[in-house]
Amino acid sequence: MPEFVLTVARFGFLILLWIFVFTVVGVIRRDLFAGGRSKSIVASPRGVGGAVLQGRPAKAKRGKAARQLVVTAGQLAGTRITLGEAPITIGRAEDSTLVITDDFASARHARLVPRDGQWFVEDLGSTNGTYLDRGKVSGPTPVPLGVPIRIGRTSLELRP
Amino acid sequence: MSRIRQWKTRRNAELGLLAFAMLLVAAFGATVEANQFDEIRPNFWVPAALIGILFLGLHVVVRFTAPFADPVLLPAVALINGIGVAFLRRLDIARAIANDEPVPGFFAETGGRQLAWTLLSLILAAVLLLLLRDHKVISRYAYTLGLVGIVLMMIPAVLPGSISEVNGAKLWIRFGSFSIQPGEFAKLALVSFFAYYLVRKREVLSLASHRFLGIDFPRGRDLGPVVTVWLFSLLVLVFEKDLGTALLYFGLFVVTLYVATERSSWLIIGLVLFFGGVYVAYLLGSTIGGPFANFYDRAELWLDPFSQENYTRESGNSYQLVQGLLGLGTGGLFGTGPGAGSPGKVPEVRTDFIFAGLGEEVGLFGLSALLVVYLLIVERGLHAALAVRDSFGKLVAGGLAFTLGLQVFVILGGITGLIPLTGQTTPFLSAGGSSLMANWLLIAMLLRISDAARRPANSLAERTSGPKKAPTQLHGAMTEVIKP
Repeated sequence: MPEFVLTVARFGFLILLWIFVFTVVGVIRRDLFAGGRSKSIVASPRGVGGAVLQGRPAKAKRGKAARQLVVTAGQLAGTRITLGEAPITIGRAEDSTLVITDDFASARHARLVPRDGQWFVEDLGSTNGTYLDRGKVSGPTPVPLGVPIRIGRTSLELRP
Repeated sequence: MSRIRQWKTRRNAELGLLAFAMLLVAAFGATVEANQFDEIRPNFWVPAALIGILFLGLHVVVRFTAPFADPVLLPAVALINGIGVAFLRRLDIARAIANDEPVPGFFAETGGRQLAWTLLSLILAAVLLLLLRDHKVISRYAYTLGLVGIVLMMIPAVLPGSISEVNGAKLWIRFGSFSIQPGEFAKLALVSFFAYYLVRKREVLSLASHRFLGIDFPRGRDLGPVVTVWLFSLLVLVFEKDLGTALLYFGLFVVTLYVATERSSWLIIGLVLFFGGVYVAYLLGSTIGGPFANFYDRAELWLDPFSQENYTRESGNSYQLVQGLLGLGTGGLFGTGPGAGSPGKVPEVRTDFIFAGLGEEVGLFGLSALLVVYLLIVERGLHAALAVRDSFGKLVAGGLAFTLGLQVFVILGGITGLIPLTGQTTPFLSAGGSSLMANWLLIAMLLRISDAARRPANSLAERTSGPKKAPTQLHGAMTEVIKP
């Protein structure tokens, strides 16, 4: 075999190898945004949930209407409620819109009420309180998108 | 769902990449023949085609059983596996030429055996994909798997050296000419067990803590499991005389712990414990010897492989390490070209030192491409861990992907002199059935988990709950349960 052919074969193989690598990277790139739903590697353990969700408020988009209420932590994690015009009641009572079986939740714990396209959270005199991000909710408080509402071990947030 | 997205399975991309990978294997084979026989024989493509058919079979299984699985995993692993088979065949050819023997057939010698092992491994992987339609099922057998893992891990340590010892490391069970490495399978079982255990315990492990120097450290009593595993891995180090395996098990546990609790303090504790333990073992080896002597010797070779004393020692000298380093050095930046080097000079080039042999022929340029392929495999595993919805799946996928990466690090670090050399197999590349089978099972698990991760929520509900149920009605509000 002439030296020239061997050299071409030798470098050709290496170049093909790298083209393969870059093709794979290309496939991954096109795939990057599919399937990546949860940011945290494991759903955050209760209590330290804030650590994961803390970064969210800054990113919360203004001006977009909330369309969904998503339970992000707790036993009902993953539940989505499509929001309409009706207020949403949350608690252990069977007639609540969102019935949460949480030892730290009251029977009628909190209420989400829409007013002019903005949702407000209101505590209904619960024993353990309702928290919006880190702060305790005392009166009707507007809920920005993506900010966690915490009731006992359950976390909820509004999503567009 | 508020947004409608076209969910793509990307199976055709996988098929295309697979064909590309096989083209590379064929190109490797052709270059080997050009260098070894001075001509490219008309049937040079047969080994690549044979192994390509095997992968095509697995691809079809994936298409039907895990349609949403990651499109990159299979072709990337197929490339490394294929190059491994082609390189082993190249070694057989070189030996046959040197001994004036006829060129070995496609199913003969090490290369042919590796091809047979690949067939067996792919069948195992396909069976796993067919039987295990939902990775969460594994969590039911977690304690059984944990027990099986520990037994598999400890068997070689308790067996007499005549059965279990090869080159100073007790990692084997030998039956005549046939030997298996149970530790390779123990990894898989232990990952499943750790994941299950930590999903249940992570709350207590991540909540109760003392804050010290800005890092949350766990309470003393919660350290129990990590200390137990640490002791186990040190026992492995001492009785199986293998640092790599000890590092593998311990690293696996610590990283799973870290992933489960999101606490960096576990990593710090793990590193301190491990390096402390290894250093003590080294000191004990230098003073009292006994079971620690083997580790001390290996560390000495690592510290100065080129010293006259270490190179010329009667047993356990640094000849192999030095030959490997010289091989890599001879290869230089672009290598000698496939088939043009002399990897036969490196002892154990078929198993532990395959990267040194391959490195001589493809050079730093080619070797780093192969390493990037490994990196991408690990990355896809971690991506599946990020995207899958259940905690058990996250921990299993994360643990498996990390194990694979750590194993490549341990053997490559050993060969290149970064860490003391230990006899680990290079995943998918080294000759050997146990390693190949265990690692293909690992890939099958990752494919299964990545399928669950990428599958659209609705179709998941359909699959797992049989006939489609009407969405639960909560007082007029529609709910969609993402998490089954």
